[in-house]
Amino acid sequence: MLALLAVCLLFALFGLLLSYASRRFKVEGDPLVDKIDAMLPQTQCGQCGYPGCRPYAVALARGEADINQCPPGGEDGVKNLAELLGVESKPLDTARGTEKPKAVAVIDEAACIGCTLCLQTCPVDAILGASKFMHTVIAAECTGCELCLAPCPVDCIRMAPVRETAATWRWPEPGAVRP
Amino acid sequence: MSFPKLWSFHGGLRLDGHKQESTRLPLRAARLPERLVFPLLRRDGRLAAPGAKPGDRVLKGQLIAGGDERLDPPIHASTSGRVRSIEELPLPHPSGLAGPCLVIEADGEDAAVEIEGLANYREHPPEELLRRVHQAGIVGLGGAAFPTAVKLAPAGRRIDTLIVNGAECEPYITCDDSLLRHRADEVLQGAELLRHILHAERCLLAIESDMPEALTTAERALREGGFDRIAVVPVPAIYPTGGEKQLIRVLTGREVPARGLPADVGVVCHNVGTVAAAYRAVVLGETLTSRIVTVTGRGVRQPQNLEVRLGTAIADLVAQCGGYTDEAERLILGGPLMGFALPSDELPIVKSAHCVLVAGRGELAGSRPAQPCIRCGACAEVCPAQLLPQQLYWYSRSDQLERVLDHRLFDCIECGCCDVVCPSHIPLVQYFRAAKGKAIAKQREREQADRARRRFEARQARKAEEARERAEAARRKKENLEKSAVPEIRQAIERARRKRAEKTDQHATSDTPGRS
Repeated sequence: MLALLAVCLLFALFGLLLSYASRRFKVEGDPLVDKIDAMLPQTQCGQCGYPGCRPYAVALARGEADINQCPPGGEDGVKNLAELLGVESKPLDTARGTEKPKAVAVIDEAACIGCTLCLQTCPVDAILGASKFMHTVIAAECTGCELCLAPCPVDCIRMAPVRETAATWRWPEPGAVRP
Repeated sequence: MSFPKLWSFHGGLRLDGHKQESTRLPLRAARLPERLVFPLLRRDGRLAAPGAKPGDRVLKGQLIAGGDERLDPPIHASTSGRVRSIEELPLPHPSGLAGPCLVIEADGEDAAVEIEGLANYREHPPEELLRRVHQAGIVGLGGAAFPTAVKLAPAGRRIDTLIVNGAECEPYITCDDSLLRHRADEVLQGAELLRHILHAERCLLAIESDMPEALTTAERALREGGFDRIAVVPVPAIYPTGGEKQLIRVLTGREVPARGLPADVGVVCHNVGTVAAAYRAVVLGETLTSRIVTVTGRGVRQPQNLEVRLGTAIADLVAQCGGYTDEAERLILGGPLMGFALPSDELPIVKSAHCVLVAGRGELAGSRPAQPCIRCGACAEVCPAQLLPQQLYWYSRSDQLERVLDHRLFDCIECGCCDVVCPSHIPLVQYFRAAKGKAIAKQREREQADRARRRFEARQARKAEEARERAEAARRKKENLEKSAVPEIRQAIERARRKRAEKTDQHATSDTPGRS
């Protein structure tokens, strides 16, 4: 009888302990999604088929998307995702796009008619302007997602490769050909 | 003031100094150039705001770029003339890339702006003195060009020792040596000024023991000037004693923590050239418009030290030193260990340029083909930062950035000792520089991605908020209409309701026969 009581008491005690622990150490959100999201380039370009990097991260965490759907992340990105998720790495799905050198959108300001269509598409609010006023790209905030190219009715937006300056230049590895 | 004991640091090398070549001729002022070029690219990658437009007449000492930003002291015209243009020109930078530069055509008058000095600086608050140092454009002249006023304001930390660095340890370079030989008094006056600003108890002027003439003149000036808080300390000629952390270790025995600052251990360290420039700025009211440059190597006919106006072309300096010899092979800005090769001599002298080395054939090692690493460990023995260069090399080569960082890549001071001793002639430092570059690029990318994420999320939140507000406004409008006291509106709503009801009835009745 006493033994039974002791066991019941112990069970109750552990139950309380566990319920306390689950509340005290509760993890907000999904840590895996955050980890994947931190690895994605945050271009928000939608080339993966999802409306942004976070939705793709959610799909990856659920196992609904494949790891090779992010062209801006490139082959390195695929490799990192494979490592994080513990799956075999695979080549980038080139049907979705290819890895390109970093570029930013540039608006030909003389041709811009101020229609605001690009403003509405930009996922990071990197285009400045108002209806019937000239628009311009905030180069420092542009992720190079190219989403603004298609909606422009006068085709006045182009992608300009980011120029290397003495401040962004990095020492090459020995043996590499100097530009 | 006497100074009893010296400590030592790990590793280091006794190198052939090659100092006598450039110290045979006395220090002299270089010719006034016809055209001066001032790069506008700042340390952080942004451009210094030009303070003059093309066509403007400027005087010597007049501000031409930059201003109040703490980390970027302004640039001044180094002689009088007219601003010709602001254009893209090649920069004296290892990349060999071009950048925006302000070009001045000298008029030969060398007219200067008048700025009054503070002969009695002790009566002025330190803030005023610091402002003067900043506004005179003073940066570290030992090669790093770090803003001097920032180093002189170690927020909240108490400084007991000011070290004035005259330990010019890299071979070939003698600009500090010749400054001490010819103007030791200015250095000591400057040291006293900085000691006053920092409220430091003592000041140590470190001079390498293989610079005997500089030592003698400094000691004589010390005696004559009666600077009782300053001591001249001969330090052993081991490369890299002149490295900031190494010198602090040698003089005080204190270890500057990794990623820490000398101020963390109560020390501030300034180059002798910087100290003299600070003196001229505060006491004589002169802005930084010139510096001493060593032009040396077997590739130049008369190696010597020149007092050079900032913005002077390197080609002009070489011409004043008798021109190139037939041997001249490589042009290097800086010393043989820490300098970098230049693609052309049509580049301007900037504040950080302390040496122009024209190497003759076979004068410098370094172009020998690299062999595989044999793990001899010689590099680790000489590393003054106590790193394991062979491990760093291994991980840099195999692109394992995390591991390189774990092995404290960023503690590497790029002194080149490991390159010198490597029996396989592996260009180790270049691997480390490349790995540092990669790590920094990765970090920048991460920061940019984080910013993009925040902007994206902010936009999503804004859109959701807008949609909610629209729905709310529509609902409120409807409610208001329903509650409206105006009879016409009530009747119209009633009418619309009736019509809708009839329609659904009709649908219901017309549907029923079809179904049956």
